[in-house]
Amino acid sequence: MSHAFYVTASYIAAFAVVFGLVLWVWLDHRARHRELARLEAAGIRRRSARQENAG
Amino acid sequence: MSEPSLAIRKFSDLANPTRFLALVAIVWPWLAALTVCLFAVGLYLSFASVDDYQQGQTVRIMYVHVPAAWLSMMCYTVMALSALGTLVWRHPLADVSAKAAAPLGAGFTLVALITGSLWGKPMWGTWWVWDARLTSVFVLFLMYLGLIALNRAMDDPTRAAKASAILILVGFVNIPIIKFSVEWWNTLHQPASVMRMDGPTIDPAFLWPLLIMAVAFTMLFFTLHILAMRNEILRRRIAVLRRHAARSAGEAA
Repeated sequence: MSHAFYVTASYIAAFAVVFGLVLWVWLDHRARHRELARLEAAGIRRRSARQENAG
Repeated sequence: MSEPSLAIRKFSDLANPTRFLALVAIVWPWLAALTVCLFAVGLYLSFASVDDYQQGQTVRIMYVHVPAAWLSMMCYTVMALSALGTLVWRHPLADVSAKAAAPLGAGFTLVALITGSLWGKPMWGTWWVWDARLTSVFVLFLMYLGLIALNRAMDDPTRAAKASAILILVGFVNIPIIKFSVEWWNTLHQPASVMRMDGPTIDPAFLWPLLIMAVAFTMLFFTLHILAMRNEILRRRIAVLRRHAARSAGEAA
């Protein structure tokens, strides 16, 4: 195999892992955001949020 | 909450998760933009730099392998400091920091292992050897996986935090072993050529792209770390809300 193969494979592997980490953080945030919105829609809120609404 | 109560006036104010979330919302787009710019410059210099007279173009693997290897150790050091924060100061965000950093550390260590193997084959003639440097980095990767598994195995975050913190601090002994393994033992892996007492032995033509890529990787780590911490804070808030809702439902029944 040529040296170009090893260089290309290294950069692809690094990009794939970094992309995976970015995707994990983004998808996790989206899921948590939706979960919080669902709870809020069901009337389940943090004490501070309830006080804000009352005020 | 009113605006003035979220103001960050001293470092300890960051112990408040709500204040921390407000700060993350302001800081992360700037950090992300800086990371992208640094990667653009770093990657351009990496591919514009000359080939090494011995290694040819495989020297370009260094620009991803070395920063990933540095970060694998830095990430664990951040986790060890967070573990101290959990056990000594009981800082509310210390455990969040350690838990959020573990998958990132595992990712960067994996990059270091894969790219090291892809560099080893054309230069050493082998994908892998069980020398002290490679083995200790592989042990670091297993430790990250173990810590992720431990955090997921326990439902109670407080109990998981203490167990993780102790394990992280015990495992920190591996970091100096990784760093000095190439000096203490006869390894196939080369000794340090950048962080040396007598200064770097690497030519500036290779040093600059390497340093810029290292800063880019470090900024990437900090961006992802604060965002992963934000996710963990939200996850814990959701768990508390669910518990309160279940308790209220039980009392009403």
